[in-house]
Amino acid sequence: MRDVRRRAGGGPSAGLGKGARALLLAAACLAMAAPFLWMAATSLMGQLEVFSSGRLLPETALWSNYPDALTAQPFARYFLNSLLFAAVVVAGQVATATTAGYAFARLEFPGRDRVFMLFLATMMVPVVIVLIPRFLMIDALGWIDSYQGLVSTELVSVWGIFLMRQYFRTVPRELEDAARVDGAGPLRIFWNVALPLAKPAVATLALFAFIDAWKNFLWPLLVTRSMEMRVVEVGIAAFHSTYEINWPYQMAAGVVAVLPIALLFLFTQRYFVRGIQLEGIR
Amino acid sequence: MTKAPRDVVLKGVEKRFGDVTAVDAVDLEVRAGELLVLVGPSGCGKSTLLRLIAGLEEATAGEVWIGGRAVDDVAPGDRDVAMVFQSYALYPHMTVARNLGFGLRVRGVGRDEVAEQVGRAAEVLGLGELLDRRPGQLSGGQQQRVALGRAMVRDPGVFLFDEPLSNLDAGLRLRTRDEIAALHRRLGTTMIFVTHDQVEALSLGQRVAVMDRGRIQQVGTPREIYRRPGNLFVAGFVGSPPINQLPLARDRQDRLAGGPFVFPGESPHPTATLAVRPEDLTITTTSSPTPTHPHGTSEPPPGTPTHPPAYTRIPPDPTALPPAPPRTPPDPPPFPATVLRVESLGAEQRLHLDGPAGAAWIARTSPAHPVTAGDPVQVSVAWDRTHLFGPDGRRTGTAPTPAATSDHA
Repeated sequence: MRDVRRRAGGGPSAGLGKGARALLLAAACLAMAAPFLWMAATSLMGQLEVFSSGRLLPETALWSNYPDALTAQPFARYFLNSLLFAAVVVAGQVATATTAGYAFARLEFPGRDRVFMLFLATMMVPVVIVLIPRFLMIDALGWIDSYQGLVSTELVSVWGIFLMRQYFRTVPRELEDAARVDGAGPLRIFWNVALPLAKPAVATLALFAFIDAWKNFLWPLLVTRSMEMRVVEVGIAAFHSTYEINWPYQMAAGVVAVLPIALLFLFTQRYFVRGIQLEGIR
Repeated sequence: MTKAPRDVVLKGVEKRFGDVTAVDAVDLEVRAGELLVLVGPSGCGKSTLLRLIAGLEEATAGEVWIGGRAVDDVAPGDRDVAMVFQSYALYPHMTVARNLGFGLRVRGVGRDEVAEQVGRAAEVLGLGELLDRRPGQLSGGQQQRVALGRAMVRDPGVFLFDEPLSNLDAGLRLRTRDEIAALHRRLGTTMIFVTHDQVEALSLGQRVAVMDRGRIQQVGTPREIYRRPGNLFVAGFVGSPPINQLPLARDRQDRLAGGPFVFPGESPHPTATLAVRPEDLTITTTSSPTPTHPHGTSEPPPGTPTHPPAYTRIPPDPTALPPAPPRTPPDPPPFPATVLRVESLGAEQRLHLDGPAGAAWIARTSPAHPVTAGDPVQVSVAWDRTHLFGPDGRRTGTAPTPAATSDHA
């Protein structure tokens, strides 16, 4: 935004600044894109070609790597698992974050803000620290290697609650007052007034939840054992066995795994931007 | 839309937010079918009082009765009230039709009946073509009508208006004001209307309750409020241009005096305030071709017919009250003053005067006799229309005609 203002001001440095900015952006773009380009290039190479020094592009594109990689393991099943996992996580996080966020924003109950601060405090705790306790809990429940074990710890997102709370606080109170005078109770107000108005925030939350779930590797790796329970990310990693690393296959599977996210981003860019603008904490 | 209107009774209602008392021991009775206006400066507690009636706030103490029923434990939706908000508070994600019908749908009214009621309200308010639009696609005036319609559809026993006109431009505000008055005549429902605009209050209210600092200062008809303000606050708040004031103090003979005026009789109060409306001043100018008072500072000999003033007094603010009957002769004695500034408003002329003891006074005069700034004039006061307020601000009566004006004014 500052840039816009500066440009509008039309200072003497504007022309020079523009060129420098473009250059900087181009460099940043390249830095961001390079790993993906490398991944794409590697996915088309032969097993040994990968290690020939100084090679960035395949001599001949080995398109057969794709079908081969995707059939080397039951990737159809993996994708289904990933999709299911992500869908349930999205549904769960939207359900918990909207209700809890609304409660923290609008309902009045003793200790509300203190409880909320406690929630926020958990964001300071790195995920890896709670990984083991979570695992032990799931194990104690006998849910290792099951869908419920996979999703149950991912259904609540403190960030999501925070996002929704902040958004609900911007919904004009008079709207809710009007609904109260119209005879609506808290649930009705939430469902018919507050939630429909929070659609942009819900979209942002759903998007981030989906991506987080899709790229979640560590947790599915820990709680799943059998091939049938694996998600895509774990499957990709499995090309990396003790005795053999099949880079082209791994990269081919990687490209396929990234595609849905890239497509999603194309169509939902504005929600990404909004999500980042809203909170600035991601 | 024919339901018995309900009365609203407040008994010792109090609302505190932490240390702040927003509403302080308010007793108020709004009669069934009445249009009562709550008026006061911003922060006086009038909106909070309305929200207490609606049930959107819980009273710290006291009771709210609606239609003979204590409603303190009754949810807003079950109080048989409908409210129009300052921001209109239309649900932005719903069409006009759904906005209008929301209250009915919440109550489980069937789809056909909702449609019928919505259609009827839309017809009354001329919203028929807008039913499928969203609030964001409407002008301010249209949104206002939808808000009104949403309240009407509910067919409530009491309408509550929280400054519904303050977001409209001047012309639309006048028109909507008339429409609300017409709506009240048509529905006969109890209406409580909150505004900070005293002109709006006087023009719309059958009775007006003036509030300040959480307390009701006076309740009465617009005429009573204007003509017999119960205290100095009401006198100063109601009326535009504001009432002229002059602080008075006891002189050596225990008479009240201030500026050129000395009032006969011993005063029970050490100080007081004299107040007189701008239209209760009669201006006579020496430069006028019409005969004027020859000796401005002395009383004319008894029996001498007083010269007609060069500038006839004009009726008060036309939106406020019917004109007072003309008064002849003007009460003696006049005092001299200088015109500092002239506001020509078309229908009237406002003279800013260097008033008694340097007080800034304003006189309303007929524009038929133009005055220019710097003109010396004589000002006579309609003493029987003045007000005296004691040191506590309460009205003690009209000021007596002063015995004499001091010459050193």
